[in-house]
Amino acid sequence: MSKPMSNIDVAGTMGMSPRYRNWLRRERRGRLTVRGAQVAILAVFLVLWEVLPREQIVNPLFTSYPSAIWPTFLDMLKATPQQASILTHTWSTVLATVIGFTAAMVIGSAIAAALWWWNALYKVLDPYLVVANAMPKTAFVPIFYIWLGATLSIYGMSLAISLFITVLMIYSGFQGVDPNKIKLAQTFGASKAQILTKVVLPGSVPTFIAALKVNAGLSLVGVIVGEFQSANLGLGYLIQYGSQIFKMNIVMTAVTILAIVSSLMYLAISWLESAVMRRR
Amino acid sequence: MAAAAGIGTTSPMVELRDVGLRYFSREGETEALRSISLAVAPGEFVAIIGPSGCGKSTLLSLISGLFAPTEGAVLVDGRPVVGPNRKVGYMLQQDYLFEWRTILENTLIGAEIQGVPLAKARERATQLLTRYGLGQFLHHLPRQLSGGMRQRAALARTLCTEPDIVLLDEPFSALDSQTRLALADEITEILRREAKTVVLVTHDIGEAVSMAERVIVMSRRPGQVKSNHAIRFAARDGGRLTPFAARNAPQFNDYFRILWQELDVHVEANVEH
Repeated sequence: MSKPMSNIDVAGTMGMSPRYRNWLRRERRGRLTVRGAQVAILAVFLVLWEVLPREQIVNPLFTSYPSAIWPTFLDMLKATPQQASILTHTWSTVLATVIGFTAAMVIGSAIAAALWWWNALYKVLDPYLVVANAMPKTAFVPIFYIWLGATLSIYGMSLAISLFITVLMIYSGFQGVDPNKIKLAQTFGASKAQILTKVVLPGSVPTFIAALKVNAGLSLVGVIVGEFQSANLGLGYLIQYGSQIFKMNIVMTAVTILAIVSSLMYLAISWLESAVMRRR
Repeated sequence: MAAAAGIGTTSPMVELRDVGLRYFSREGETEALRSISLAVAPGEFVAIIGPSGCGKSTLLSLISGLFAPTEGAVLVDGRPVVGPNRKVGYMLQQDYLFEWRTILENTLIGAEIQGVPLAKARERATQLLTRYGLGQFLHHLPRQLSGGMRQRAALARTLCTEPDIVLLDEPFSALDSQTRLALADEITEILRREAKTVVLVTHDIGEAVSMAERVIVMSRRPGQVKSNHAIRFAARDGGRLTPFAARNAPQFNDYFRILWQELDVHVEANVEH
């Protein structure tokens, strides 16, 4: 009778052959080379960004300098009657993004479940969903502003930009659940609701994670373009405002914070993914 | 030889009366099964063999109530089948264990779906898994188990809801040949001891002859019952041989040859079409 697959003690130092030691060393060197190249690209980028404007090769008025970002940030930390602290701006953008993609996940999953439940509904709505997904949602920024007002239009754009792709992704995840697993549940007499909660939803967890990854980025795009139009708060507003008064320091500081925010969101989702997938 | 051995003194546990099944699609109509009548007695172990695509797996779906026949009637324990029935346990070709559930949780899925008190079901599941040598793996995930262990977990899942009838749809087809022989012995022993009524579907003649008391041969599509063969091995102690022992019995090759010829006839018949 077969036994469970035993884990061979790979890391064991007992009887490590010279060939294996050699392989390990080369493998490690390979990893370090990749890391080094990644750091080097960032370093070259920052150096060029600092040096080219200073040498007047590009106009510093257009680009600002990396070295100017930290002082600008410190300067903008202080809240004045005319201007909120940059932390307030950042928080406003992050909050709208989180609300946007949470709403997209919840509403999108509910719609996907409804489409799964009533196949005829899916057949009817399919072309509309595909077209709605292909539409450039940012075209609606001015319309949303008129319809929803300053604050809600930002949330609305954040939701609109990620909703349809969520519906399509999660629905296709539901469709991708092994029909034999559903058949198995049916042999025990499972109702449609039981098939949904015991097979389809838990079987679609990887799809939910994938949708979350896509949505976090898309919702941020929605918030920023929404803020371009209608806000007096948020990183999108700062970028818009800074470029209007030609203060590239403000623009570049806001963009840098944006890069940090999206990296942190990505890390948070990766962490969630590894926490959820450990059980699989 | 070709007698309907199942219909005897007791009323049949599973009965098909003149069952026909047709599928409809825009391309046309497909006749999958044609006027199938058969009966399985309580506690009997019947194997159904036939060429692939003859609808033998479909037969199991009909008995389990996953869908209804186009014509005729399917009865389980004397009552017409209208949907999935707690008396029937269905073991599919692969284990289809849910990768997000532990072995114990997988074994409990039937009880959960049927709304059986979970504490009692958990006790029974633990007992079954322990008996099948999976006692140390209750809280492991399916991917941590070998193919044979997974299939034994699938058997525990099927038997956890205490069905009287067990349907086996090529339950060993996904396993390597050694595991296959060992598991055929184990599962046959378990099912015989618990006196389950068993319908095994397979394309493997050796498997059918060694495990079953009766083999039903089906023709190519549209599937019809071609013949019935009672299988008897003389065991020294008067009991039944294990499938492995049966494979070494002198009668095994005779049965094998007869069934082989039965299947061959249909290949030729098909060529004439």
